[in-house]
Amino acid sequence: MEYIFAGIWKAFGLIFSLDREVFDITWLSLKVSAMATILASLTGIPAGFIIGTEDFIGKRVLITLFNTLMAFPTVVVGLLLYSLISRQGPLGPLGLLFTPWAMLIGQFILATPIIVALTISATQGIDPRVRPTSLSMGANSFQTAGTMLSEARFALISAVIAGFGRVITEVGCALMVGGNIRGYTRTMTTAIALETAKGEFSFALALGFILLMVAFLVNIFFHWLQGRR
Amino acid sequence: MIENYHFAIRDLTQFYDGNKVLDIPDLVIKKGLIYGVIGPNGSGKTTLLSILSLLARPSSGRVYFDGLEINGQGNNESALRRQMAMVLQNPFLFNMTVEKNVAYGLKIRGWSKKEQKNKVRECLDLVGLTGFEKRKAHELSGGEAQRVAIARGIAVNPKVLFLDEPTVNIDETHIEILEKVIEELNRRDKTTIIFTTHDLDQAYRLAHGVIILSGGRLKKVLSSDSFRDSV
Repeated sequence: MEYIFAGIWKAFGLIFSLDREVFDITWLSLKVSAMATILASLTGIPAGFIIGTEDFIGKRVLITLFNTLMAFPTVVVGLLLYSLISRQGPLGPLGLLFTPWAMLIGQFILATPIIVALTISATQGIDPRVRPTSLSMGANSFQTAGTMLSEARFALISAVIAGFGRVITEVGCALMVGGNIRGYTRTMTTAIALETAKGEFSFALALGFILLMVAFLVNIFFHWLQGRR
Repeated sequence: MIENYHFAIRDLTQFYDGNKVLDIPDLVIKKGLIYGVIGPNGSGKTTLLSILSLLARPSSGRVYFDGLEINGQGNNESALRRQMAMVLQNPFLFNMTVEKNVAYGLKIRGWSKKEQKNKVRECLDLVGLTGFEKRKAHELSGGEAQRVAIARGIAVNPKVLFLDEPTVNIDETHIEILEKVIEELNRRDKTTIIFTTHDLDQAYRLAHGVIILSGGRLKKVLSSDSFRDSV
Protein backbone atom coordinates (compact mmCIF):
# COMPACT_ATOMS: atom_id res chain seq x y z
CA MET A 1 0.00 0.00 0.00
CA GLU A 2 2.81 2.38 0.88
CA TYR A 3 4.09 2.65 -2.65
CA ILE A 4 0.62 3.71 -3.83
CA PHE A 5 0.50 6.62 -1.34
CA ALA A 6 4.07 7.54 -2.23
CA GLY A 7 3.02 7.48 -5.87
CA ILE A 8 0.01 9.72 -5.21
CA TRP A 9 2.21 12.19 -3.30
CA LYS A 10 4.75 12.29 -6.11
CA ALA A 11 1.98 12.67 -8.63
CA PHE A 12 0.77 15.87 -6.94
CA GLY A 13 4.34 17.12 -6.99
CA LEU A 14 4.60 16.55 -10.75
CA ILE A 15 1.26 18.26 -11.38
CA PHE A 16 1.86 21.33 -9.22
CA SER A 17 5.50 21.79 -10.29
CA LEU A 18 4.16 21.98 -13.88
CA ASP A 19 6.51 19.22 -15.05
CA ARG A 20 7.37 19.88 -18.69
CA GLU A 21 6.88 16.33 -19.89
CA VAL A 22 3.53 15.96 -18.10
CA PHE A 23 2.41 19.27 -19.60
CA ASP A 24 3.45 18.27 -23.17
CA ILE A 25 1.73 14.90 -22.93
CA THR A 26 -1.47 16.45 -21.55
CA TRP A 27 -1.49 19.20 -24.18
CA LEU A 28 -1.04 16.72 -27.07
CA SER A 29 -3.80 14.46 -25.74
CA LEU A 30 -6.21 17.35 -25.38
CA LYS A 31 -5.32 18.81 -28.79
CA VAL A 32 -5.73 15.55 -30.72
CA SER A 33 -8.88 14.44 -28.89
CA ALA A 34 -10.56 17.86 -29.11
CA MET A 35 -9.83 18.14 -32.84
CA ALA A 36 -11.06 14.60 -33.48
CA THR A 37 -14.26 15.31 -31.50
CA ILE A 38 -14.89 18.59 -33.33
CA LEU A 39 -14.42 16.94 -36.74
CA ALA A 40 -16.57 13.96 -35.70
CA SER A 41 -19.30 16.36 -34.48
CA LEU A 42 -19.21 18.40 -37.69
CA THR A 43 -19.81 15.27 -39.76
CA GLY A 44 -21.64 13.06 -37.25
CA ILE A 45 -24.36 15.49 -36.14
CA PRO A 46 -25.60 16.34 -39.68
CA ALA A 47 -25.36 12.65 -40.69
CA GLY A 48 -27.24 11.52 -37.57
CA PHE A 49 -29.84 14.24 -38.11
CA ILE A 50 -30.52 13.15 -41.70
CA ILE A 51 -30.66 9.47 -40.77
CA GLY A 52 -32.88 10.21 -37.78
CA THR A 53 -35.37 12.48 -39.51
CA GLU A 54 -35.59 11.28 -43.12
CA ASP A 55 -37.23 8.10 -44.39
CA PHE A 56 -35.24 6.02 -46.90
CA ILE A 57 -34.55 2.41 -47.81
CA GLY A 58 -31.90 0.84 -45.59
CA LYS A 59 -32.43 3.28 -42.68
CA ARG A 60 -32.82 0.53 -40.08
CA VAL A 61 -29.72 -1.27 -41.36
CA LEU A 62 -27.74 1.97 -41.13
CA ILE A 63 -28.95 2.63 -37.56
CA THR A 64 -27.99 -0.92 -36.54
CA LEU A 65 -24.59 -0.46 -38.20
CA PHE A 66 -23.83 2.74 -36.29
CA ASN A 67 -25.06 1.24 -33.02
CA THR A 68 -22.68 -1.68 -33.62
CA LEU A 69 -19.79 0.61 -34.52
CA MET A 70 -20.17 2.36 -31.16
CA ALA A 71 -18.49 -0.70 -29.69
CA PHE A 72 -15.76 -0.83 -32.38
CA PRO A 73 -12.65 -2.07 -30.48
CA THR A 74 -9.96 0.60 -30.49
CA VAL A 75 -7.23 -1.89 -31.38
CA VAL A 76 -9.22 -3.05 -34.42
CA VAL A 77 -9.52 0.56 -35.60
CA GLY A 78 -5.79 0.89 -34.95
CA LEU A 79 -5.08 -2.29 -36.91
CA LEU A 80 -7.22 -1.26 -39.90
CA LEU A 81 -5.77 2.24 -39.96
CA TYR A 82 -2.24 0.85 -39.56
CA SER A 83 -2.77 -1.40 -42.60
CA LEU A 84 -3.90 1.62 -44.63
CA ILE A 85 -1.16 4.08 -43.65
CA SER A 86 1.81 1.77 -43.15
CA ARG A 87 4.59 1.91 -45.74
CA GLN A 88 3.07 -0.91 -47.83
CA GLY A 89 -0.51 0.36 -47.40
CA PRO A 90 -2.44 2.35 -50.03
CA LEU A 91 -1.95 5.60 -48.04
CA GLY A 92 1.67 4.80 -47.14
CA PRO A 93 3.19 7.54 -49.35
CA LEU A 94 1.44 10.20 -47.22
CA GLY A 95 3.82 9.38 -44.36
CA LEU A 96 1.11 9.50 -41.70
CA LEU A 97 2.20 6.51 -39.59
CA PHE A 98 3.50 7.41 -36.12
CA THR A 99 2.35 11.04 -36.37
CA PRO A 100 -0.31 12.96 -34.41
CA TRP A 101 -2.31 13.09 -37.67
CA ALA A 102 -2.65 9.29 -37.66
CA MET A 103 -3.90 9.45 -34.07
CA LEU A 104 -6.34 12.18 -35.07
CA ILE A 105 -7.74 10.05 -37.93
CA GLY A 106 -8.03 7.02 -35.64
CA GLN A 107 -9.86 9.00 -32.96
CA PHE A 108 -12.13 10.57 -35.57
CA ILE A 109 -13.10 7.05 -36.71
CA LEU A 110 -13.77 6.06 -33.10
CA ALA A 111 -15.83 9.14 -32.15
CA THR A 112 -17.95 9.46 -35.28
CA PRO A 113 -20.19 6.37 -34.85
CA ILE A 114 -20.91 7.35 -31.24
CA ILE A 115 -21.90 10.88 -32.22
CA VAL A 116 -23.94 9.65 -35.21
CA ALA A 117 -25.79 6.97 -33.20
CA LEU A 118 -26.55 9.29 -30.28
CA THR A 119 -27.65 12.08 -32.68
CA ILE A 120 -30.04 9.65 -34.39
CA SER A 121 -31.48 8.81 -31.01
CA ALA A 122 -31.66 12.51 -30.04
CA THR A 123 -33.45 13.56 -33.24
CA GLN A 124 -35.91 10.70 -33.06
CA GLY A 125 -36.92 12.01 -29.64
CA ILE A 126 -37.74 15.52 -30.93
CA ASP A 127 -41.40 16.49 -30.51
CA PRO A 128 -43.14 15.89 -33.87
CA ARG A 129 -44.73 19.35 -33.67
CA VAL A 130 -41.37 21.16 -33.95
CA ARG A 131 -41.10 20.80 -37.74
CA PRO A 132 -44.67 21.95 -38.63
CA THR A 133 -44.43 24.79 -36.09
CA SER A 134 -41.17 26.00 -37.57
CA LEU A 135 -42.38 25.66 -41.17
CA SER A 136 -45.68 27.37 -40.40
CA MET A 137 -43.76 30.39 -39.11
CA GLY A 138 -42.04 30.70 -42.49
CA ALA A 139 -38.75 28.92 -41.77
CA ASN A 140 -36.97 27.32 -44.73
CA SER A 141 -35.58 23.76 -44.51
CA PHE A 142 -32.20 24.86 -43.09
CA GLN A 143 -33.81 27.08 -40.45
CA THR A 144 -36.20 24.26 -39.56
CA ALA A 145 -33.29 21.81 -39.22
CA GLY A 146 -31.49 24.35 -37.00
CA THR A 147 -34.57 24.70 -34.81
CA MET A 148 -34.94 20.92 -34.52
CA LEU A 149 -31.27 20.57 -33.53
CA SER A 150 -31.68 23.38 -31.02
CA GLU A 151 -34.63 21.54 -29.45
CA ALA A 152 -32.42 18.44 -29.13
CA ARG A 153 -29.40 20.42 -27.88
CA PHE A 154 -29.14 18.75 -24.46
CA ALA A 155 -29.02 15.27 -25.98
CA LEU A 156 -26.58 16.49 -28.67
CA ILE A 157 -24.22 17.90 -26.05
CA SER A 158 -24.33 14.50 -24.33
CA ALA A 159 -23.44 12.88 -27.69
CA VAL A 160 -20.40 15.16 -28.04
CA ILE A 161 -19.33 14.45 -24.42
CA ALA A 162 -19.63 10.70 -25.07
CA GLY A 163 -17.52 11.04 -28.24
CA PHE A 164 -14.84 13.05 -26.43
CA GLY A 165 -14.87 10.60 -23.51
CA ARG A 166 -14.30 7.72 -25.91
CA VAL A 167 -11.23 9.26 -27.60
CA ILE A 168 -9.50 10.96 -24.66
CA THR A 169 -9.45 7.64 -22.78
CA GLU A 170 -8.60 5.25 -25.62
CA VAL A 171 -5.15 3.70 -25.74
CA GLY A 172 -5.17 0.93 -28.36
CA CYS A 173 -5.43 2.99 -31.54
CA ALA A 174 -3.14 5.81 -30.32
CA LEU A 175 -0.48 3.26 -29.41
CA MET A 176 -0.67 1.40 -32.74
CA VAL A 177 -0.74 4.31 -35.18
CA GLY A 178 0.98 6.93 -33.00
CA GLY A 179 3.81 4.73 -31.78
CA ASN A 180 4.04 6.37 -28.31
CA ILE A 181 7.07 8.46 -29.37
CA ARG A 182 8.31 10.63 -26.49
CA GLY A 183 7.71 14.31 -27.10
CA TYR A 184 5.87 13.66 -30.36
CA THR A 185 3.00 11.16 -30.16
CA ARG A 186 2.95 10.23 -26.49
CA THR A 187 -0.50 10.82 -25.01
CA MET A 188 -1.76 10.48 -21.45
CA THR A 189 -3.14 6.98 -21.97
CA THR A 190 -0.15 5.60 -23.88
CA ALA A 191 2.22 7.14 -21.32
CA ILE A 192 0.23 5.61 -18.42
CA ALA A 193 0.48 2.17 -20.06
CA LEU A 194 4.23 2.58 -20.67
CA GLU A 195 5.14 4.05 -17.27
CA THR A 196 3.13 1.37 -15.44
CA ALA A 197 4.96 -1.32 -17.39
CA LYS A 198 8.27 0.35 -16.41
CA GLY A 199 7.21 0.46 -12.72
CA GLU A 200 7.05 4.29 -12.69
CA PHE A 201 3.81 4.45 -10.75
CA SER A 202 4.06 8.08 -9.66
CA PHE A 203 4.32 9.39 -13.23
CA ALA A 204 1.51 7.08 -14.35
CA LEU A 205 -0.64 8.15 -11.39
CA ALA A 206 -0.01 11.84 -12.09
CA LEU A 207 -1.24 11.36 -15.65
CA GLY A 208 -4.17 9.32 -14.39
CA PHE A 209 -5.21 12.18 -12.09
CA ILE A 210 -4.88 14.69 -14.89
CA LEU A 211 -6.98 12.49 -17.16
CA LEU A 212 -9.69 12.36 -14.51
CA MET A 213 -9.50 16.12 -13.95
CA VAL A 214 -9.75 16.80 -17.69
CA ALA A 215 -12.84 14.57 -17.92
CA PHE A 216 -14.29 16.35 -14.89
CA LEU A 217 -13.59 19.87 -16.24
CA VAL A 218 -14.96 19.00 -19.70
CA ASN A 219 -18.15 17.72 -18.09
CA ILE A 220 -18.46 20.84 -15.92
CA PHE A 221 -18.07 22.98 -19.05
CA PHE A 222 -20.75 21.07 -20.98
CA HIS A 223 -23.02 21.03 -17.94
CA TRP A 224 -22.70 24.82 -17.76
CA LEU A 225 -23.44 25.01 -21.50
CA GLN A 226 -26.60 22.90 -21.06
CA GLY A 227 -27.85 25.10 -18.24
CA ARG A 228 -27.28 28.37 -20.07
CA ARG A 229 -30.62 28.46 -21.94
CA MET B 1 -62.78 39.18 -59.63
CA ILE B 2 -59.81 36.91 -58.79
CA GLU B 3 -58.01 39.76 -57.02
CA ASN B 4 -60.63 39.57 -54.26
CA TYR B 5 -59.67 35.99 -53.48
CA HIS B 6 -56.81 34.74 -51.35
CA PHE B 7 -57.48 31.07 -51.95
CA ALA B 8 -59.25 29.19 -54.70
CA ILE B 9 -59.63 25.42 -54.45
CA ARG B 10 -60.50 23.17 -57.38
CA ASP B 11 -61.29 19.42 -57.11
CA LEU B 12 -59.23 18.98 -53.95
CA THR B 13 -58.97 15.52 -52.43
CA GLN B 14 -56.77 14.20 -49.66
CA PHE B 15 -56.22 10.55 -48.82
CA TYR B 16 -54.63 9.07 -45.68
CA ASP B 17 -53.92 5.33 -45.65
CA GLY B 18 -56.25 4.84 -48.62
CA ASN B 19 -59.16 6.69 -46.98
CA LYS B 20 -60.51 9.88 -48.47
CA VAL B 21 -60.38 12.42 -45.66
CA LEU B 22 -61.14 15.56 -47.65
CA ASP B 23 -63.13 16.23 -50.79
CA ILE B 24 -63.71 19.83 -51.81
CA PRO B 25 -64.77 20.35 -55.45
CA ASP B 26 -64.82 24.13 -55.32
CA LEU B 27 -64.14 26.75 -52.64
CA VAL B 28 -62.95 30.33 -52.56
CA ILE B 29 -61.66 32.30 -49.58
CA LYS B 30 -62.04 36.04 -49.99
CA LYS B 31 -59.48 38.55 -48.80
CA GLY B 32 -59.92 40.43 -45.56
CA LEU B 33 -62.68 38.26 -44.11
CA ILE B 34 -62.93 35.96 -41.11
CA TYR B 35 -63.93 32.36 -41.88
CA GLY B 36 -65.04 29.78 -39.37
CA VAL B 37 -64.59 26.13 -40.35
CA ILE B 38 -67.01 23.95 -38.43
CA GLY B 39 -67.71 20.25 -38.36
CA PRO B 40 -67.46 17.26 -36.04
CA ASN B 41 -64.17 15.48 -35.21
CA GLY B 42 -62.68 13.84 -38.30
CA SER B 43 -64.57 16.12 -40.68
CA GLY B 44 -61.33 17.37 -42.27
CA LYS B 45 -61.03 20.81 -40.64
CA THR B 46 -57.37 20.47 -39.63
CA THR B 47 -56.51 18.78 -42.95
CA LEU B 48 -57.99 21.73 -44.86
CA LEU B 49 -55.97 24.20 -42.79
CA SER B 50 -52.79 22.14 -43.23
CA ILE B 51 -53.21 22.16 -47.03
CA LEU B 52 -53.99 25.87 -47.22
CA SER B 53 -50.98 26.71 -45.01
CA LEU B 54 -48.71 24.49 -47.15
CA LEU B 55 -47.97 22.08 -44.32
CA ALA B 56 -49.52 19.20 -46.28
CA ARG B 57 -49.69 18.46 -49.99
CA PRO B 58 -53.07 17.49 -51.41
CA SER B 59 -53.44 14.06 -53.04
CA SER B 60 -55.07 15.69 -56.05
CA GLY B 61 -56.60 18.97 -57.15
CA ARG B 62 -55.37 22.52 -57.26
CA VAL B 63 -55.04 25.23 -54.68
CA TYR B 64 -54.30 28.81 -55.67
CA PHE B 65 -53.01 31.50 -53.32
CA ASP B 66 -53.23 35.06 -54.63
CA GLY B 67 -53.58 33.62 -58.12
CA LEU B 68 -50.47 31.42 -57.82
CA GLU B 69 -50.84 27.65 -57.75
CA ILE B 70 -49.32 26.46 -54.48
CA ASN B 71 -47.35 23.21 -54.51
CA GLY B 72 -46.70 24.08 -58.16
CA GLN B 73 -43.32 23.60 -59.81
CA GLY B 74 -40.73 26.24 -59.02
CA ASN B 75 -42.65 27.89 -56.16
CA ASN B 76 -40.69 28.98 -53.16
CA GLU B 77 -42.80 27.37 -50.46
CA SER B 78 -41.15 29.12 -47.53
CA ALA B 79 -41.65 32.51 -49.24
CA LEU B 80 -45.36 31.69 -49.64
CA ARG B 81 -45.57 30.46 -46.04
CA ARG B 82 -44.06 33.73 -44.83
CA GLN B 83 -47.25 35.46 -45.93
CA MET B 84 -49.23 33.24 -43.57
CA ALA B 85 -49.08 32.00 -40.01
CA MET B 86 -50.61 28.92 -38.50
CA VAL B 87 -51.37 28.25 -34.85
CA LEU B 88 -51.72 24.51 -34.33
CA GLN B 89 -54.51 23.00 -32.25
CA ASN B 90 -52.06 21.68 -29.67
CA PRO B 91 -49.39 24.33 -30.16
CA PHE B 92 -45.74 23.65 -29.54
CA LEU B 93 -43.60 26.22 -27.80
CA PHE B 94 -39.85 25.99 -28.34
CA ASN B 95 -37.74 25.24 -25.28
CA MET B 96 -36.78 28.89 -24.76
CA THR B 97 -38.27 32.03 -23.22
CA VAL B 98 -41.68 33.42 -24.15
CA GLU B 99 -39.93 36.39 -25.78
CA LYS B 100 -37.84 34.17 -28.06
CA ASN B 101 -40.89 32.10 -28.97
CA VAL B 102 -42.93 35.12 -30.01
CA ALA B 103 -39.92 36.60 -31.85
CA TYR B 104 -39.23 33.32 -33.75
CA GLY B 105 -40.99 34.32 -37.00
CA LEU B 106 -39.59 37.86 -36.78
CA LYS B 107 -36.02 36.60 -36.47
CA ILE B 108 -36.55 34.39 -39.53
CA ARG B 109 -37.79 37.43 -41.42
CA GLY B 110 -34.65 39.39 -40.46
CA TRP B 111 -36.19 41.94 -38.08
CA SER B 112 -33.71 43.83 -35.88
CA LYS B 113 -33.49 42.97 -32.16
CA LYS B 114 -35.12 46.28 -31.20
CA GLU B 115 -38.00 45.79 -33.65
CA GLN B 116 -38.45 42.23 -32.36
CA LYS B 117 -38.57 43.40 -28.74
CA ASN B 118 -41.19 46.07 -29.44
CA LYS B 119 -43.34 43.74 -31.51
CA VAL B 120 -43.14 40.98 -28.89
CA ARG B 121 -44.27 43.38 -26.18
CA GLU B 122 -47.16 44.63 -28.35
CA CYS B 123 -48.35 41.08 -29.15
CA LEU B 124 -48.07 39.85 -25.56
CA ASP B 125 -50.11 42.88 -24.44
CA LEU B 126 -52.74 42.01 -27.06
CA VAL B 127 -53.21 38.46 -25.76
CA GLY B 128 -53.19 39.51 -22.10
CA LEU B 129 -49.70 38.28 -21.24
CA THR B 130 -47.97 41.56 -20.43
CA GLY B 131 -44.62 41.04 -18.67
CA PHE B 132 -44.29 37.36 -19.65
CA GLU B 133 -41.21 37.95 -21.86
CA LYS B 134 -38.62 36.29 -19.63
CA ARG B 135 -40.79 33.37 -18.49
CA LYS B 136 -39.67 29.92 -19.68
CA ALA B 137 -42.18 28.54 -22.20
CA HIS B 138 -42.32 25.15 -20.52
CA GLU B 139 -43.41 26.68 -17.22
CA LEU B 140 -46.65 28.09 -18.66
CA SER B 141 -50.14 26.67 -18.21
CA GLY B 142 -51.98 25.22 -21.22
CA GLY B 143 -54.02 28.36 -21.72
CA GLU B 144 -51.01 30.67 -21.42
CA ALA B 145 -49.07 28.51 -23.90
CA GLN B 146 -51.97 28.74 -26.35
CA ARG B 147 -51.98 32.52 -26.06
CA VAL B 148 -48.21 32.71 -26.56
CA ALA B 149 -48.63 30.62 -29.72
CA ILE B 150 -51.31 33.02 -30.95
CA ALA B 151 -49.04 35.99 -30.14
CA ARG B 152 -46.28 34.27 -32.16
CA GLY B 153 -48.68 33.89 -35.10
CA ILE B 154 -49.93 37.47 -35.12
CA ALA B 155 -46.44 38.94 -34.56
CA VAL B 156 -45.43 38.34 -38.18
CA ASN B 157 -48.32 40.44 -39.54
CA PRO B 158 -49.54 37.62 -41.79
CA LYS B 159 -51.85 38.18 -44.74
CA VAL B 160 -53.64 35.02 -43.64
CA LEU B 161 -53.81 33.70 -40.09
CA PHE B 162 -54.89 30.09 -39.54
CA LEU B 163 -56.09 29.19 -36.07
CA ASP B 164 -56.86 25.54 -35.38
CA GLU B 165 -59.27 25.40 -32.42
CA PRO B 166 -57.71 28.57 -30.97
CA THR B 167 -59.74 28.74 -27.77
CA VAL B 168 -59.88 25.06 -26.86
CA ASN B 169 -57.57 25.33 -23.81
CA ILE B 170 -58.48 28.85 -22.81
CA ASP B 171 -60.74 30.01 -19.98
CA GLU B 172 -63.82 32.13 -20.73
CA THR B 173 -62.33 35.50 -19.76
CA HIS B 174 -59.45 35.02 -22.15
CA ILE B 175 -61.68 33.62 -24.90
CA GLU B 176 -63.37 37.01 -24.94
CA ILE B 177 -59.99 38.78 -25.13
CA LEU B 178 -58.84 36.54 -27.99
CA GLU B 179 -62.03 37.00 -29.94
CA LYS B 180 -61.51 40.76 -29.65
CA VAL B 181 -57.91 40.30 -30.87
CA ILE B 182 -59.16 38.36 -33.91
CA GLU B 183 -61.71 41.04 -34.72
CA GLU B 184 -59.18 43.83 -34.18
CA LEU B 185 -56.57 42.18 -36.44
CA ASN B 186 -59.13 41.73 -39.16
CA ARG B 187 -60.47 45.26 -38.83
CA ARG B 188 -57.13 47.06 -38.41
CA ASP B 189 -54.81 45.09 -40.69
CA LYS B 190 -57.40 43.46 -42.99
CA THR B 191 -55.88 40.10 -42.04
CA THR B 192 -57.80 37.15 -43.44
CA ILE B 193 -58.45 34.77 -40.55
CA ILE B 194 -59.51 31.17 -40.93
CA PHE B 195 -60.24 29.32 -37.71
CA THR B 196 -61.68 25.93 -36.91
CA THR B 197 -64.07 25.46 -34.06
CA HIS B 198 -66.64 23.13 -32.57
CA ASP B 199 -68.36 26.13 -31.06
CA LEU B 200 -71.21 27.27 -33.31
CA ASP B 201 -71.74 30.37 -31.18
CA GLN B 202 -68.12 31.37 -31.71
CA ALA B 203 -68.46 30.95 -35.47
CA TYR B 204 -71.66 32.96 -35.29
CA ARG B 205 -70.00 35.74 -33.29
CA LEU B 206 -66.79 36.07 -35.27
CA ALA B 207 -67.04 34.82 -38.82
CA HIS B 208 -68.11 36.60 -41.99
CA GLY B 209 -68.31 33.23 -43.68
CA VAL B 210 -68.77 29.71 -42.36
CA ILE B 211 -67.41 26.60 -44.07
CA ILE B 212 -69.27 23.48 -42.98
CA LEU B 213 -67.48 20.14 -43.36
CA SER B 214 -68.81 16.69 -42.61
CA GLY B 215 -67.00 13.40 -43.17
CA GLY B 216 -64.36 15.22 -45.20
CA ARG B 217 -66.91 16.67 -47.59
CA LEU B 218 -67.72 20.30 -48.07
CA LYS B 219 -71.38 20.62 -47.11
CA LYS B 220 -72.00 24.33 -47.36
CA VAL B 221 -70.38 27.72 -47.34
CA LEU B 222 -72.60 30.28 -45.70
CA SER B 223 -72.32 33.98 -45.18
CA SER B 224 -72.69 34.98 -41.55
CA ASP B 225 -76.24 36.23 -42.16
CA SER B 226 -77.46 33.05 -43.78
CA PHE B 227 -75.57 31.05 -41.13
CA ARG B 228 -77.39 32.96 -38.40
CA ASP B 229 -80.71 32.22 -40.12
CA SER B 230 -79.88 28.52 -40.41
CA VAL B 231 -78.74 28.32 -36.75
